Amino acid sequence: MVRTLLRQIKQYKKVSLLTPVFTALEVVMEVAIPFAIAYLIDKGISAGDLGQVYLYGGIMLVMAFFSLLFGALAGKYAAAASSGFACNLREGMYESIQRFSFSNIDKYSTAGLVTRMTTDVTNVQNAYQMVLRIAVRAPVMLVCSLAMCFFINAEMSSVFLIAIAILAAGLIFIMLTTMKIFDQVFHKYDDLNASVQENVSAIRVVKAFVRETYENEKFTKAAERLYHMFVKAESRLAFNNPLMMFVIYSCMIGLSWLGAHNIVGGTLSEGELTSMFTYVMSVLMSLMMLSMIFVMLTMSLASGRRIAQVLEEQPDITNPNNPLMEVESGSIDFNKVNFCYKHGSGEDTLRNIDLHIKAGETIGIIGGTGCGKSSLVSLISRMYDVTKGSVCVGGHDVREYDLEVLRDAVAVVLQKNVLFSGTILDNLRWGKEDATEEECREVCRQACADEFIERFPDGYNTWIEQGGANVSGGQKQRLCIARALLKHPRVLILDDPTSAVDTATDAKIREAFAQKIPGTTKLIIAQRISSVQGADRILVLNNGIVNGFDTHENLLKTNEIYRDIYETQTQGGGDFDQPGASEGGAD
Amino acid sequence: MSFKKIDTKVLGRVMGRVLGYMLKRYWLAFIIVIICIIGAALATLQGTLFMQSLYDDYIAPLMLSETPDYSGLSAALFRMGCIYAVGIVCAYTYNRIMVNVGQGTMRNLRIELFHHMESLPIKYFDTHAHGDIMSIYTNDVDTLRQLIGQSIPQVVNSLVSIVTTFASMFLLNLPLTLLTILMIVVMLFVTSKIAAKSALYFGKQQKDLGRVNGYIEEMMEGQKVIKVFCHEEKSIEQFKQLNDELRDSARNANTFANITMPVNANIGNISYVLCAVVGSIMALSGYPGLTLGLLVTFMTLNRNSSMPVTQISQQINSIVMAMAGAGRVFSLLDEKPEEDNGYVELVNARENPDGTVSETTQRTGVWAWRHPHRAEGTITYTKLECDITFNDVDFGYNEDKIVLHNIKLYATPGQKIAFVGSTGAGKTTITNLINRFYDIQDGKIRYDNININKIKKADLRRSLGMVLQDTHLFTGTVMDNIRYGRLDATDDECIAAAKLANADGFVRRLPDGYQTMLTGDGANLSQGQRQLLAIARAAVADPPVLILDEATSSIDTRTEKLVQEGMDRLMKGRTTFVIAHRLSTVRNSDCIIVLEQGRIIERGTHDQLIAAKGRYYQLYTGNSISA
Repeated sequence: MVRTLLRQIKQYKKVSLLTPVFTALEVVMEVAIPFAIAYLIDKGISAGDLGQVYLYGGIMLVMAFFSLLFGALAGKYAAAASSGFACNLREGMYESIQRFSFSNIDKYSTAGLVTRMTTDVTNVQNAYQMVLRIAVRAPVMLVCSLAMCFFINAEMSSVFLIAIAILAAGLIFIMLTTMKIFDQVFHKYDDLNASVQENVSAIRVVKAFVRETYENEKFTKAAERLYHMFVKAESRLAFNNPLMMFVIYSCMIGLSWLGAHNIVGGTLSEGELTSMFTYVMSVLMSLMMLSMIFVMLTMSLASGRRIAQVLEEQPDITNPNNPLMEVESGSIDFNKVNFCYKHGSGEDTLRNIDLHIKAGETIGIIGGTGCGKSSLVSLISRMYDVTKGSVCVGGHDVREYDLEVLRDAVAVVLQKNVLFSGTILDNLRWGKEDATEEECREVCRQACADEFIERFPDGYNTWIEQGGANVSGGQKQRLCIARALLKHPRVLILDDPTSAVDTATDAKIREAFAQKIPGTTKLIIAQRISSVQGADRILVLNNGIVNGFDTHENLLKTNEIYRDIYETQTQGGGDFDQPGASEGGAD
Repeated sequence: MSFKKIDTKVLGRVMGRVLGYMLKRYWLAFIIVIICIIGAALATLQGTLFMQSLYDDYIAPLMLSETPDYSGLSAALFRMGCIYAVGIVCAYTYNRIMVNVGQGTMRNLRIELFHHMESLPIKYFDTHAHGDIMSIYTNDVDTLRQLIGQSIPQVVNSLVSIVTTFASMFLLNLPLTLLTILMIVVMLFVTSKIAAKSALYFGKQQKDLGRVNGYIEEMMEGQKVIKVFCHEEKSIEQFKQLNDELRDSARNANTFANITMPVNANIGNISYVLCAVVGSIMALSGYPGLTLGLLVTFMTLNRNSSMPVTQISQQINSIVMAMAGAGRVFSLLDEKPEEDNGYVELVNARENPDGTVSETTQRTGVWAWRHPHRAEGTITYTKLECDITFNDVDFGYNEDKIVLHNIKLYATPGQKIAFVGSTGAGKTTITNLINRFYDIQDGKIRYDNININKIKKADLRRSLGMVLQDTHLFTGTVMDNIRYGRLDATDDECIAAAKLANADGFVRRLPDGYQTMLTGDGANLSQGQRQLLAIARAAVADPPVLILDEATSSIDTRTEKLVQEGMDRLMKGRTTFVIAHRLSTVRNSDCIIVLEQGRIIERGTHDQLIAAKGRYYQLYTGNSISA
């Protein structure tokens, strides 16, 4: 996991290395100052030599200045390294996601991916910056200070080692035991937030059933439980500070005692004792810092793992070697196809599908939710790969084509379709980048979108808000159809595209298809029989199996499911409410 | 510094409120904490001051004596040990108490927030993005936890150290103290200059981050469309541009933030060195009382003095951030809860032979409105009949934008009223007025001839069963979810309700039957199954009046039939308002109300309306022209 992340450092390796170097230099300067103080005291004050005082004072000022310079440089490079690293992580993830196939996308939720690219990256960025600066600083400080102590007086310094061992053992013990509890605490915390979320989105249900008190009691209990767990975890952390003080004070007393003896014995000077006092503080402080880094790193570990998961995700659909670069016709063949979602229940969604569709045919597809309609059509543009059998377009297996060529030839209007922020023209040109405005107008006429676009004050330059929030459902669907038409595809797949369009417009669009693009093979998934009954043939799917594939008239005679749907829709069970153009407003 | 831009008055008020909130329950604990912090700080100070006597009173005389006697020193060290021990006990005590104070305050705040949120009117949830409300619970409460758990004790701690350190510095040596203060002023000045620059870039970083987030969100939402249109390369290109901008502003912001620490530390170092040099000069030139011990002690104090100042300046940023969060927390707490001036209650009743009703404590299936008349001091009981009338009702979500005009309608007991019309015509809004999710602007709604404003909201809503368009389920078992309709329902009653709603069949096929856990709003169930559970939930409540909002989303034919049957069974014998999408529901209604743009444009039975060849006829035959 760590290696995957580190690979993203790329061009920021140099600054990433410079940071610890400058940090180390800064620390060395800082550590040298108390050492010089010892000389200032011994050679200057004790000896009564003012010249020495100026000399060592000057040296220390220079050291402080360099320390500042190195520190500032380290800070600058750390900022460059960490922000660059974060930038690469985001870019790496974004590129990885763009290579995802549909089944990779299905694995993650949109919100999950957004969190990974934002919050998680920020966490890792902060952790990285901290590692570069403080994680280097603390050990260097520890080693240098310790070395200085030994240099001054090895015998007294061994006292430190015991103190360090006690402090380190104590800190590690506290960290390890609390970490486990914290893990559970954050779990509970998530649950608590989930229940708030639930109450916010279901507030109408809560109020309608007068369950405010009930929910309050439930929440209070959960909050109490959380409180007790937090207290349990944090009360252990409360030992940190006193432990630290205990070790420092013990060192002070020990040093005072041993120092007094050594000075009197003549093996130590007063100045040296002063430096020792300073170093013991530095050593213990750096230990404390290390333990803090440890905690913060483990916190960002989860974020790192989530990022690595995206970076390591292998797209399961890739371009073949020597791909075919042209789709010759719009004929479609399903040869004994079985299909099962990788991240689903493991059951086959489609079983033994064997269909042969000629170029230019119009095919209607009908069946209940979850019967596999959308899965079936997404195999044609190779959004998923079949589990068994093969799907051919224009006589060749879809796996032989270049993906971009195939998807340009097979246009899909998805059930859950999206418009992007930008003008209407921008959105249409997703279908064909260099389309002229006239071309765009033409496809909008075919999709019956021209009538409402022209009524907008800015016409084709009307700005579409994110997700198409400022157009109605029916308008959005028509724009999406126009966008797909602009590709001039060999095969046009429409997954329930006119559910929010009224029946009359729906009929007009179908008529335009028949007249303007007769050579294009059209597959139309629909809930309404009226949307498909004019098709050349209608496919009735039931639980992943072809139940019937024939004309409307024949199916009415022979197919029970089809007749059943037909009857419920025309005789009092169908979707009565045909939303008008005002759809999308507050109801 | 960035906090200068924020109105300090507002900041102070919010801070006062946070402290007040904390102290309300924990004032005693907090006083103990402050005493302990002072105790710990004094112990540390004692340790520093002891240096002076270590050098001057013990080491110096010992060096002069022929036979050094260490008993004085060991006694002094023992005394120090005791003082230190007290300091350590103090440190533990305040750390430990702060855990309870901090977490306890957080708990109280969370609970109060939640309770208050539950009392808010629906309008609040309409006008606030759910993400924003959630962020109060997660981000804002979290920053407050930081504030109470870390910043406040640290600031108190730093303040105490500053006071004690400077006090002892003044006592030891005045000129050196002034020098130290001068350097601290320099430090603060430089820091504030850097912080101002840094705040500028942080602002830009925040803006760039927002843009990158927005772009990611939009693209992730449309990821499948990107694939279908082979738009990957282009979207990567656009992303890179935004991403690079963010990198640059992040680099600038962090550079300045990162420089602060070494600058502070080294100005501290310079101050330390200056102090040593100046002190030495003074000592050598015979400044009275400036011994080696005193100088060493003073230098340690000098070192300690810059630390709390740096700490406070670091805390200021997080305090300002926490105050912004606290502001949002309090603004939720300050929202006005749903008003309820009702005094008419719904009670269990028994019908007397003479036709009157009287109150009982048992659940009889007969209900009555208990209507106290304050003027006469009497109580009358009206049997719950479910007769609902709208009299010239006007309603708007805002005062100035009326969405429903002159609504007049009446439903007599057991009648089924269907609302039809395009989306946005106001169908759902009407039903939300009956249960007083919203209050009307003008006109009157009467329930069994009682103005609904006089009925207690809880009792009003208890008499109305609702099946909403979007089914929301709660984390818990299937059984829990059905029981949500009536908390004292037995398992058998819940199962009976599930049977009535046609939900029993699929529930039994779930891995754990009625004990199957549902999470994430019933994510493991299909749309149709969730609807069946919602119907069962309403059925177990067994309300005399039903409000049904049929789901528009298409579900497969088989489940749709089940839902239909379940709804029909539930409606039997109840006054029902139904927002209809299905033809059969509409046709069987006693009265169909056609709404358009907030007005009733047609009403009558199916046959009447078909004969009238109006809007209903258009909708029915599917010949409507998109408006």
